[in-house]
Amino acid sequence: MKTHTISLFFTLATFWLLNSGHNTLLILLLGLASICLVIAIVHRMDVVDHESQPIHLTQNIFSYLLWLIKEVIHSNIIVIKHIWLGNKSISPTLRRIRVSQKTDMGKVIYANSINLTPGTVTIDLIDDEVVVHALLQKDIETLLAGEMDRRVSLLER
Amino acid sequence: MDMITNISGAVCLIIGSFLCISGGIGILRFPDFYTRMHAVGVTDTLGAGMILIGLMFYSPDFLTFSKLVMILLLTLLIGPTTSHVLAKSAMYNGLMPELKQKDNVKETN
Amino acid sequence: MLIAATFAIFIAMILAIVRGIVGPTLYDRILAVNMFGTKTVLLISLLGFVMGRPEFLDIAIVYALINFISVIGVLRYSDTNKFKHSSADKESLDKES
Repeated sequence: MKTHTISLFFTLATFWLLNSGHNTLLILLLGLASICLVIAIVHRMDVVDHESQPIHLTQNIFSYLLWLIKEVIHSNIIVIKHIWLGNKSISPTLRRIRVSQKTDMGKVIYANSINLTPGTVTIDLIDDEVVVHALLQKDIETLLAGEMDRRVSLLER
Repeated sequence: MDMITNISGAVCLIIGSFLCISGGIGILRFPDFYTRMHAVGVTDTLGAGMILIGLMFYSPDFLTFSKLVMILLLTLLIGPTTSHVLAKSAMYNGLMPELKQKDNVKETN
Repeated sequence: MLIAATFAIFIAMILAIVRGIVGPTLYDRILAVNMFGTKTVLLISLLGFVMGRPEFLDIAIVYALINFISVIGVLRYSDTNKFKHSSADKESLDKES
């Protein structure tokens, strides 16, 4: 709880400093006041926890993000190719896929990663299954092979 | 040094423009709503990303650079959320996608 | 190069607007509006650099947030009856026009 509050404070302070760009005393004091107000409101709303400030993921997330960027670029090229090839070349597919993550956080990260790569969209997330619509049947087979699932599970621990 | 940043910025801008126009063609060309959503996904992720990275090469100071990074992060967070919400509400309101194999529909219902 | 990219974004916006006008279902139109919004964010930041005023980026951040909130706000009402999609409605509309 305490570390989450400190992390929230630093996030908000960075946001203020980058957005304002003024360094006079008055502006900095106003910034401090608004940060304290926001932290008070957020504590009253009771949302300062490991879900809004996921600092326990910090040590593993960067390698996952690099892999995700590579995957996004790869699937972008495929979708662009099929846009120019036309309607005959696509095979839209709808499929339920089982997820192996235990926590809500892991499930949401997995569903959002599917969403971020073009060509696949998560339509629904029920218990431990996601409904995925894909532009190509090959994309579904790639997801069923489970590379992304395995990496998110590694992230979760 | 100055020329290198200019040229790499220009290359990023050209790639981004090409991706955005391709996404625009895709949204006109694809047959139904769910496939059009994938075309919008292209312009939301790599199209916007490439144009913003190209602008980062041109940025005069650190504050401008950090604001461009902020816009990039916002775009990457907002794009998937919006497409998921759209797809979910379309599915719950009875708009079924056109599929290649018909037997898949039974499995999801 | 900045001006060429601006024109490319313009073309993409025109294509999105065409889909918004033609779009057979309601969801195609919301999708087109969403794409138009993200393209507007890019256009504002590009215009800021073309005119030599990077302060425009603040407006771009605010526009990105407003775009998100507006799409979510429209879809908040998607459980009402008017959002129901049925093929019978579409046929009657086709007959009228």
